[in-house]
Amino acid sequence: MSASNEAKMNAVSLNAWYGAKQALFNVSLDFVPNKVTAMIGPSGCGKSTLIRCLNRMHELVPNTRITGKVLLDDQDIYSQGSDPADVRRRVGMVFQKPNPFPTMSITDNVVAGLKLSGVRDKKRLTEVARNMLERVYLWEEVKDDLKRSGASLSGGQQQRLCIARALAVEPEVILMDEPCSALDPIATAKIEELIASLKEIYTVIIVTHNMQQAARVADYTAFMYLGELVEYGETSQVFESPKQPLTERYVTGKFG
Amino acid sequence: MKATRRIVDKVLLSLTTVAVIIAIVPLVAIIFYVTVKGISAISIGFFTELPPLPASKLQPSPPGGLGNAVQGTLILVGLASAIGVPVGVLSGVYISEYGRNAYGNAIRFLGDTLVGIPSVVTGLLFFGLIVLTFRSYSVIAGSIALGTLMIPIVSNTTAAALQAVPNSLREASSALGVRKWRTSLLIISHAQSSIATGCLLAVARIAGETAPVLLTAGASNYWYSGLGAPIASLTYYIYNYAVSGTSNWVNLAWAGALVLMVVVMGINLVVRLVTRKKYTYG
Ligand SMILES: Nc1ncnc2c1ncn2[C@@H]1O[C@H](COP(=O)(O)OP(=O)(O)OP(=O)(O)O)[C@@H](O)[C@H]1O
Ligand SMILES: [Mg+2]
Repeated sequence: MSASNEAKMNAVSLNAWYGAKQALFNVSLDFVPNKVTAMIGPSGCGKSTLIRCLNRMHELVPNTRITGKVLLDDQDIYSQGSDPADVRRRVGMVFQKPNPFPTMSITDNVVAGLKLSGVRDKKRLTEVARNMLERVYLWEEVKDDLKRSGASLSGGQQQRLCIARALAVEPEVILMDEPCSALDPIATAKIEELIASLKEIYTVIIVTHNMQQAARVADYTAFMYLGELVEYGETSQVFESPKQPLTERYVTGKFG
Repeated sequence: MKATRRIVDKVLLSLTTVAVIIAIVPLVAIIFYVTVKGISAISIGFFTELPPLPASKLQPSPPGGLGNAVQGTLILVGLASAIGVPVGVLSGVYISEYGRNAYGNAIRFLGDTLVGIPSVVTGLLFFGLIVLTFRSYSVIAGSIALGTLMIPIVSNTTAAALQAVPNSLREASSALGVRKWRTSLLIISHAQSSIATGCLLAVARIAGETAPVLLTAGASNYWYSGLGAPIASLTYYIYNYAVSGTSNWVNLAWAGALVLMVVVMGINLVVRLVTRKKYTYG
């Protein structure tokens, strides 16, 4: 699992700390372009920490630090000249709890990233908003009241709105931290369908607690335990013929 | 068991009710008393005329007004806000958005301490620093003293207002590649009504200050005559005229108190309306 120029992103010997507490231990992992990679593992094993290291969100928590490298197209996103804002534009993120901006309309939420980064072209913004809402299958549901507050939508709609918002800044990689855990099965099915369609254009990395979900949406699966990467491979291999006994016990539901 | 619990309930309820009454009675009394005593001297002239000579046998009660004091208080509060609001808001933003470190904690501690310093001490400081140096009471000294009193109030309320904005919004914005300063502006816009509330409360607070004004802006019986000169203020006349024993001056003192009270209550009313609006977008 060493860095290769075929991967979209690589974690290389990544360690991460919250204060004195180490949350990631020497994690090395290659993320394949235009595929969905699922991160699974019991609560507290470091899945969120890992993906937050992939777009430099980890450093927004006070007193955190990392060692090791994270490569995006072979460039270390933590190198001296690298700008965290640029990294985050290229590596977007969708959070566990939908977090639309409550004071903004649906349209403004979608293009918030563009507007807050200085795009003023009204025509372009309207166009992007529509395209992105269509892309997340939300357009039909909201097209008649785009002026409504983003926070007035249902949970599932809000999450799709947040995905649209993340896509609007044209990222290359999308990180999703348990994007369905606050949603009902129907909303979950919609998001899963959406994820499957996203990989045509983006590289998707998704954290999930739901093994069936990982099996349904992911091409690759990584199993983590206590801050270490235990096993990584094609999803079918990880679930059907795991190499590590720990993985086997986890995917068969013996613990976690 | 059940009976005792019911008794405890009853006792607590009566105690809290009594406490509320004790708290409200003086408030209502103040409003009532000041209104009754002050309303008679309120007229157009109160706002446009200079203070009269004391009542005497020749001239039993020249009415006059406190126009210069109204003007002076407006100027002092306005200039003080021009100092206190921007400095206070920016320092609150620093504490909340950039100060999650030793500096931030130090400034936070400083703010908490400053709020508790008696205003007369702040007045004394600027009396020593400015009034003694330039050998004159001045609008500048008064504005700086009052502005300084506003800063910690505005800063603390701003920081609290920003802290109340969920962190998920900061994360949402940062994750879109939005720059830190722009994310901070977004967070400020989410907290703007609470921040405005804090500023208004600080204005209401300094409008009624007396000691620091007397120590820095001094007093004057004439209209505003320059930033380097002393200036009149409502609280000066209330303080001075109320005990003068001269009927027309005493009346003006009550009228001045009424005007100040109405302004401060008006500000609080505006605050209520502003904060009510805050909850509508949910
Ligand atoms: N803000 C924080 N401060 C201190 N420790 C933290 C913080 N966030 C996470 N941790 C610790 O880091 C470790 C990894 O947490 P992380 O959130 O990455 O786990 P996770 O795999 O995402 O868990 P879950 O499935 O419950 O979301 C845990 O031990 C956790 O207690
Ligand atoms: Mg997590």
